[in-house]
Amino acid sequence: MTYLPHTDADREAMLAAIGVEDAADLFEAIPEAVRFPALDLPGALAELETMTELQHLSKANISADDFAWFLGAGVYNHYIPSVVNHILLRGEFYTAYTPYQPEVSQGTLQAVFEYQTMIAALTGMEVSNASHYDGATSLAEAVVTALQVAKHKRRKVILSPGVHPQYREVVRTYMQGADLDITGDKDPTHTLDDLTARLDEQTALLVVQSPNFFGQIEDINGLADKAHAAGALLCVVADPIALGLFKPPGAYGADIVVGEGQPLGIPMSFGGPYLGFFATRKAYVRHIAGRLVGETVDVEGRRGYVLTLATREQHIRRERASSNICTNQGLMALAATVYLATMGKRGLRQVAELCYHKSHHAAQQIAALDGYSVDRSKPFFKEFVVKCPKPAAEINRYLVEEWGIVGGYDLGALDPARADEMLLCVTEVNTHEEIAALVVALSEVAS
Amino acid sequence: MNDSDNVKVLEPLIYELSRPGRQAVTLPECDVPESEFPADLLRDPEDVLLPEVSQIDVVRHFVHLSQFNHGVDTGFYPLGSCTMKYNPKINEDTARLPGFARIHPLQDPLQVQGALGLMWDLQNWLAEISGMAGVSLQPAAGAQGEFSGVLMMRKYHRDRGDTRRTKIIVPDSSHGTNPATASMVGLEVIQVPSDPNGDVDRAALLSVCGDDVVGMMLTVPNTLGLFESHVQEIIEIVHGCGGLMYMDGANLNALMGIAKPGDLGFDVMHFNLHKTFSTPHGGGGPGSGPVGAAEHMLPYLPGPVVGVVEEPSDEEEAPLYGWVMPERSIGRVKSFYGNFGILVRAFTYILANGPEGLRQVSEHAVLNANYIQARLCDAYKVACERFCMHEFVAEGCWDDAPGVRALDISKRLMDFGIHPPTNYFPLIVHEALMIEPTETESKEMLDRFVEVMLQIAEEARSNPDILHSAPHNTPVRRLDEVKAAKDQVLCYGPVCGG
Repeated sequence: MTYLPHTDADREAMLAAIGVEDAADLFEAIPEAVRFPALDLPGALAELETMTELQHLSKANISADDFAWFLGAGVYNHYIPSVVNHILLRGEFYTAYTPYQPEVSQGTLQAVFEYQTMIAALTGMEVSNASHYDGATSLAEAVVTALQVAKHKRRKVILSPGVHPQYREVVRTYMQGADLDITGDKDPTHTLDDLTARLDEQTALLVVQSPNFFGQIEDINGLADKAHAAGALLCVVADPIALGLFKPPGAYGADIVVGEGQPLGIPMSFGGPYLGFFATRKAYVRHIAGRLVGETVDVEGRRGYVLTLATREQHIRRERASSNICTNQGLMALAATVYLATMGKRGLRQVAELCYHKSHHAAQQIAALDGYSVDRSKPFFKEFVVKCPKPAAEINRYLVEEWGIVGGYDLGALDPARADEMLLCVTEVNTHEEIAALVVALSEVAS
Repeated sequence: MNDSDNVKVLEPLIYELSRPGRQAVTLPECDVPESEFPADLLRDPEDVLLPEVSQIDVVRHFVHLSQFNHGVDTGFYPLGSCTMKYNPKINEDTARLPGFARIHPLQDPLQVQGALGLMWDLQNWLAEISGMAGVSLQPAAGAQGEFSGVLMMRKYHRDRGDTRRTKIIVPDSSHGTNPATASMVGLEVIQVPSDPNGDVDRAALLSVCGDDVVGMMLTVPNTLGLFESHVQEIIEIVHGCGGLMYMDGANLNALMGIAKPGDLGFDVMHFNLHKTFSTPHGGGGPGSGPVGAAEHMLPYLPGPVVGVVEEPSDEEEAPLYGWVMPERSIGRVKSFYGNFGILVRAFTYILANGPEGLRQVSEHAVLNANYIQARLCDAYKVACERFCMHEFVAEGCWDDAPGVRALDISKRLMDFGIHPPTNYFPLIVHEALMIEPTETESKEMLDRFVEVMLQIAEEARSNPDILHSAPHNTPVRRLDEVKAAKDQVLCYGPVCGG
């Protein structure tokens, strides 16, 4: 069979050593009535046939390989340098488990230490964990951390309506057993002032996203002081590419910085696997969930790395653990580390600047079209909201069918009243020609 | 080996290789007119503390690091409860096909019917393998599958106006995630002991099962590698007091085509695709932890899930797939729909194996574990009177070898190029060594492991120092974990101001 090495002779010798005649005898503990059920599944395929079938399914999707791409909304089509995938395909990395045995896991452990350093540097924070599942669960864990820092005496969390809608949903899923007041995001017109007005002695955490879901950079200057004055923490949801160009949340006094690490060398891959980054102050390190790697020495004085502060974790503390998390997103954290090493100090800045210039060029061109307007009330990074003369869904269908363009996110999916608005995303991948084609296409569909 | 500040290092940190002005990749010139930046928001470029290295620096650095790792690709990895089986290479290729890797989760479903069809099939295949009525692929890992499952159980009771149920039962042999999950959901954990045979103590279970119990979380086979002798009776007891049964599917590799959890009477369960379905562990993720539900639990699944939104007009055509939110869903547990890249790998694996292949996977996993158990019976304390399933637990200590612990045996195994078994779990076994060979290892490899284990048992008496000082030929030797916890160096000093 496919990945099974035993010959008939092997099997017989092994059964004899165990002392049974037939492998079926090993399963006598299973109630007979349910033992050896038939499985109604497709028959086995040879490797060649398997690949053909998967290629067939792959080709039934519209991908960024063949279409110009202006869809973002939390998942981004950034360039992934070749180096990243070649390193990820090292079997020593991807076929290893969580590095519980440090003597045979220094590769993974040192890479995670480098990852923690890069995330701390980018966010302007003191410490980063080894990652969470994605940006949304990272935010949910930030809420858990804030509740712990407040010793569970504060029961209110304020979310900005500018936080990614799915992140807000996940926070509510995580907290459904916790009897918590999660507030602030119901009214989409709420400003930061409306949010800070809600800060009180019950508030554990204030969460804002910048650039927010609509691409705008929020004015978070002074926000931390207001949160701290009420005894609450400030969490900022950040875009890691934007951190190459704009001041980091750490510089504004944020207590926790989380976000989606997918832009850092991880393919869009239809929603996962991604990477949730999580950085905070050293003072809160014992309240955070997830793996942490620390530096130490071995018995011969050699520098080495180990998982540390594990007494927070489920396999030690069981029901008293800070979270049930076992894994981080190890391989995705490696991807981000290789990506950031490859881009380096100057490359990340260049990517961010390209995103900025190209998106602003596109916004300017589109704003000049009859029937279209662009919301430029706040500075933006790589995404902007366009009000269109027709429903966004109709425009997107036309763009795909007639122009080979995947258009922006249809804001009607969030709020039917906004069905004629779309959130367009432009990154370093989009060329001048693609932007020009988009502008012509938008102009034509309007007429 | 390099020396920096008299500390010997295996490989410098990438930051220590940095030289101002180097860059490992070129980016295109800006081909549009430049716009003005909002000056007050800008970061000083020198403040972006990332390394500056050339491409060959990056490649050599990470290749060197990889060489300090033990992976399934480099050697035997009998790490109990983790199912470190071979990860087929084709899975890596299929997950990277552009029609999977370069599609966006917010695309119009009409543009991604291939991906939705794949997810639809995988939902149904996992349901078929487990005997569950339906599956949500959304949870990102086993721990999140568990979290989803327990939220579903809680919501099921609350929907029926039954708010008294605030407790959940777990055996003392359970994975640490079980009680941690229950706490996250806000439930009180009741631990029940195991009986002398390693099964759940039914008398103890009966005494705690009442109308305040949400349900019970049970791992099958259990963490001792045993199939619960009285699993159906346990399920009857819990159902009898109005509770629901959750199956921790971490050990499903023993059960494919052998027994279906749904047939046994479980109400909810999770799958670990990174264990049973050969998707790689990645040095600690990404995993994937789909959750399965019996008929009455279907409305509570996390979502959205893939559904058929339009039946085909003729049988030859595929239906139209779309996103469906289960009507009483606990909600969304992560952004989007699951770790799709991992789902593609599991789909590929099931397709390559087929139903008979999957049954043989489980049969051989159990055969391999029993073979090692039988051969280690005389030299190690193992409960040999029962057949194990896909793994078993040995005690890593002997009365006539005082001072030798399971940890010493584990470290000594590294000298022979073998990854240690799981140590000190389950907690109910003294000096536990949990051994799971998996089905993909050959008899020669199993024989070599047995010979090494026998040699170590002999060394424990004749030369215990060689065990205490092990490992001897790994990239680093035993590390000072107390120092790491005390110093808390979690970030490279020059970057983080240390």
